[in-house]
Amino acid sequence: MAISNTQPLDKAAKSGAFGFKLPAEARIFMVLLGVALIFELLGWIFVGQSFIANKERLIVMVLQVSVIGIIAVGVTQIIIMGGIDLSSGSVVALTAMVSASLAQTSDFARAVFPSLTDLPVIAPLVAGLLVGLVCGLINGAVIARTAIPPFIATLGMMVTARGLAKWYTKGEPISMLSDNYAAIGAGINPIIIFLLTALVFHIVLSYTRYGKYTYAIGANRAAARVAGINVNRHLILVYTVAGLLSGLAGVVTSARAVSGQAGMGMMYELDAIAAAVIGGTSLNGGLGKITGTVIGALILGTMTSGFTFLRIDAYYQEIVKGIIIVVAVVADQYRQRNRRS
Amino acid sequence: MLSLAPEKPQAAALSHPPVERETLLIEVEGVRKAFPGVVALDDVSFRLRAGTVHALMGENGAGKSTLMKILAGVYIPDKGVYRLHGREIALTSPLDALENGIAMIHQELNLMPFMSIAENIWIRREPLNRFGLIDHARMYQMTRELFAQLSIDLDPEAKVASLSISSRQMVEIARAVSYNSDVLIMDEPTSALTEHEVAHLFRIVRMLREQGKGIIYITHKMNELFEIADEVSVFRDGHFIGCKRVEQLTHDEVIRMMVGREITEMFPKTIVPIGEVALEVENLTLDGVFRDVTFSVRQGEILGVAGLIGSGRSNVAETLFGVSPASSGQIRINGQAVTVDSPRTAMQHGMAFLTEDRKDTGCFLNLSIQENMQISVLGGDNLKAGFVRQQALDSMCAAMSGTLRVKTPNLDERIENLSGGNQQKVLIGRWLLTKPKILILDEPTRGIDVGAKAEIHKLICKLAGQGVAVIMISSELPEVLGMSDRIMVMHEGRVTGIVDRADATQVSIMTLAAG
Repeated sequence: MAISNTQPLDKAAKSGAFGFKLPAEARIFMVLLGVALIFELLGWIFVGQSFIANKERLIVMVLQVSVIGIIAVGVTQIIIMGGIDLSSGSVVALTAMVSASLAQTSDFARAVFPSLTDLPVIAPLVAGLLVGLVCGLINGAVIARTAIPPFIATLGMMVTARGLAKWYTKGEPISMLSDNYAAIGAGINPIIIFLLTALVFHIVLSYTRYGKYTYAIGANRAAARVAGINVNRHLILVYTVAGLLSGLAGVVTSARAVSGQAGMGMMYELDAIAAAVIGGTSLNGGLGKITGTVIGALILGTMTSGFTFLRIDAYYQEIVKGIIIVVAVVADQYRQRNRRS
Repeated sequence: MLSLAPEKPQAAALSHPPVERETLLIEVEGVRKAFPGVVALDDVSFRLRAGTVHALMGENGAGKSTLMKILAGVYIPDKGVYRLHGREIALTSPLDALENGIAMIHQELNLMPFMSIAENIWIRREPLNRFGLIDHARMYQMTRELFAQLSIDLDPEAKVASLSISSRQMVEIARAVSYNSDVLIMDEPTSALTEHEVAHLFRIVRMLREQGKGIIYITHKMNELFEIADEVSVFRDGHFIGCKRVEQLTHDEVIRMMVGREITEMFPKTIVPIGEVALEVENLTLDGVFRDVTFSVRQGEILGVAGLIGSGRSNVAETLFGVSPASSGQIRINGQAVTVDSPRTAMQHGMAFLTEDRKDTGCFLNLSIQENMQISVLGGDNLKAGFVRQQALDSMCAAMSGTLRVKTPNLDERIENLSGGNQQKVLIGRWLLTKPKILILDEPTRGIDVGAKAEIHKLICKLAGQGVAVIMISSELPEVLGMSDRIMVMHEGRVTGIVDRADATQVSIMTLAAG
C-alpha cells in the first residue's frame, strides 16, 4: 500500500547488502529472529536442548502474548493517530468481571446474579464487548470534547475502571463459569482470536477510509482538519474501537482463567504500548503498522519464554524488558532524525 | 544621496548619513544570512547611533526581522562584520547579546505567565539574602523603583497571567530597561497597545533616547515612524535600500523605497469572461481579529488580497473556510446564505483552501504523495463498501500530478522529500480533485522557486478561465498586481479598500496597507 514504509529508514537499509529497500517490518522481524537465535544458542550451551524446535513451547509463547496482542492492535491505532491509551489493562479487568458474572452456571449457590445464570454464551460475550466499547467511547469523548491530553483522560479511566472492577463484587473473584464460555479461551483459541483481530485491522488500516484518516490525523492534526476530516468524530471512533478490543481481551482473559478477578490485566496497557513501539509505531503519530505490532508482541513473548527456558528469575526479565523498550524508542528517534538530514 | 532605483544595493551602502565614529553604538557591514532555499539578507549594512530612535521598515520578508535577530544574537550571520562600540564582536546567543548591552523586546511575548511580574523581570539575577535564598522584599522594591522611573503602574507581586496583553508588553519593556542596555530592539511594540498606551510607550522611548541609548524600532505603521523615529533604514528583498533622517523624507518617499522594485516577472494573466457572483461576504467579523469585512467574488474572477502580516488577511480566509468560524456576518454562495462552521461544511459548499503554512496545516510529512493528494476525496464514488477504491484514486492522482507536473519518480515517495514547489503542487492537486467552485489560496507561491512559481500562476489563471472564483492572498505586491482582477487591501483587521486592476499600483496598495 501507499502508506507502507518504503522510505529508507537508515543508510544501511537504503543501499545495504541486499541492494533493495527493506520495509520496517522486515527489520523488526530480523530482530525477532535474532532474539530467538540468541536463546537457541544459550539453550544448547546451558540447558542442552533446542529453544525453537519445541512446538509446545512455541504455542505457549504466543498464547502468553495473545491477550496483550489483542489490546495492542487497538493501542497501535491510537498511537498512530497521535494518542495514547493507559486504560486498557483496567478495562480488561472490568470487562472480565462483568462478562464472567453473566457466564456463571446455576450449580453455584453464590452467583453474582442468581437469576441470570446459565445464559447462552452470547450474553456474557456481548456484555463484555459493550463494557469495553463504552469505556473507549468515554475516553474518546472526553479527549475530543475537553481537549485534555489523552494521557490524563485515559489515566483517569485506568483508575476508575480498576475501581469499578473491584466494586463490582466488592473484591470477590467470580468463578463457576459455563463450559461454553470457558471454551472461548481454551486451547489455542486466544491465538486464533489475536491473529484474526490483527488481520482484520491490518486490512482496515491499509484499505479503508478509517485507516487513511487515522494516519492523516497522526501525521498532522491541523492539516487533517483543514483537509475536511471530522477530527473529533474520528478520535472518538478510534478510542471506541480500542476500547472494544480491550473488552475482547477481557473476555478472553476471564474465559481462559475460567474466572473473573479485579486484579486481571494489571500493567497490560504498558505491555501493549511496548509491543506497538517495539514494532515500529512512532509515538509522534502517523507511522506504524499492525504487522509490526504483532512482531513486537512476539518479541516480548519470546523474551518471556526464553528467560523461563533458561530458568532466569522474573526480576531479570523485567529489567531487560524495560531496557529494550527504551532502546526501541531511542532507535525510533534516531531513525526519524536520520530521515530528516 | 539616496537613489530610488537601487538595483545595485552595494551602492546604497554609501548612502548612510555621515556620522562621527564615536557616537556609533552598532555598526554592521556586509552581513549575509541564508536559510535553506532562501537568502534572507545579502550584503546588508546598518548603523545605530547613540541617542537616536532608528526605525527599520520594509515589506514582509524584506529582512528586517532577520537583521534584528542577528543584532540580538538569535541568528549567527554567515558573513559580515558586527561592531559594537567600534569593537568587533561575534554574539553567540541572546544571553550573550544581553550581557553586551543589547536587549530585545520580542513581538511574541516571552514572559512566564504563572510567575510574578518581579520574578519575570529579575529572573537569573534575583537579589539574594544572606542565606543564599531569594530576597523577595528587595526584589519587589527594585521593581517598584524601576516602574516609578518608567511611570508604569503595576503591582510587582501580580502574576503575569492576570495582566492584559498591553500590560505584559510594559513588563517586557521594563525588563529590557532593567538590564541597563545601551541598545534596545523593539519589534512592533505597539501592535497590542491602545492609543493611550502608545503615548505612554513613546514617552518611555523618548526618555531612553535622552539617556543616550540607541533604540531600534521595527514598525509597519507610517505615522509612528514620523512621530518617534530620528532615522529610518529601509530594506527590501533582503537588501539594504537606504538610510535617511526622517525629517528629510515624506510618506510617499518611504513607500517608494519599500516597494520600488520593477515588475520584472511576467504574469500570464489572461482576460477571461467574468460570470455570476459566486461568493458574497457581508460584515464578516471574528471578534478581536477582524471586523466588518465585506466583499464578493465572481466566477472566473481573481480577487487579490493584500495587507501586511497581522492585518487579518489569513484570518478572513480561515473564517471563510470554517477553520475558525465567524462571530457574526453573512456568507452567501450563489446567492444563498450558508453557515460555515467547519472545513467540512466549507467543502460541501464547493470551497477549497490552500493554507499559508505548508508544513503546519498542509502536508502530512511522513505520508506519501499519493496519501497526501487523495485525503480530501475519500468518499462518494471513491469508496465502495467502506473500502477505498485505491486503483481509481491511483490513476486520478497520477493524472493530476501529470497535469501539475509534480517532479517525482513515483507517488509512493514521501512528500517530505519533495521541494517546496512540488509539495505546493501536490496540495493544490489535493484541492483540485475536490472540483472546487471557490478556491482560496493563501500565499500560493511563498518559498518556492521561480519556475514552479510561474507554473502555479499559469494554473491559477487556467482555473479562473474554467469559471472558478479565486481568492488569492499574497505578500508579494507584484504577484497581487500581476494576477488579480480586483485587489482587496486590509489593515489591522479592516478592509481599507478594494481597487480595480486598472487603478492599482504598488504605491496605492502599499498606502492602503499601511493604513
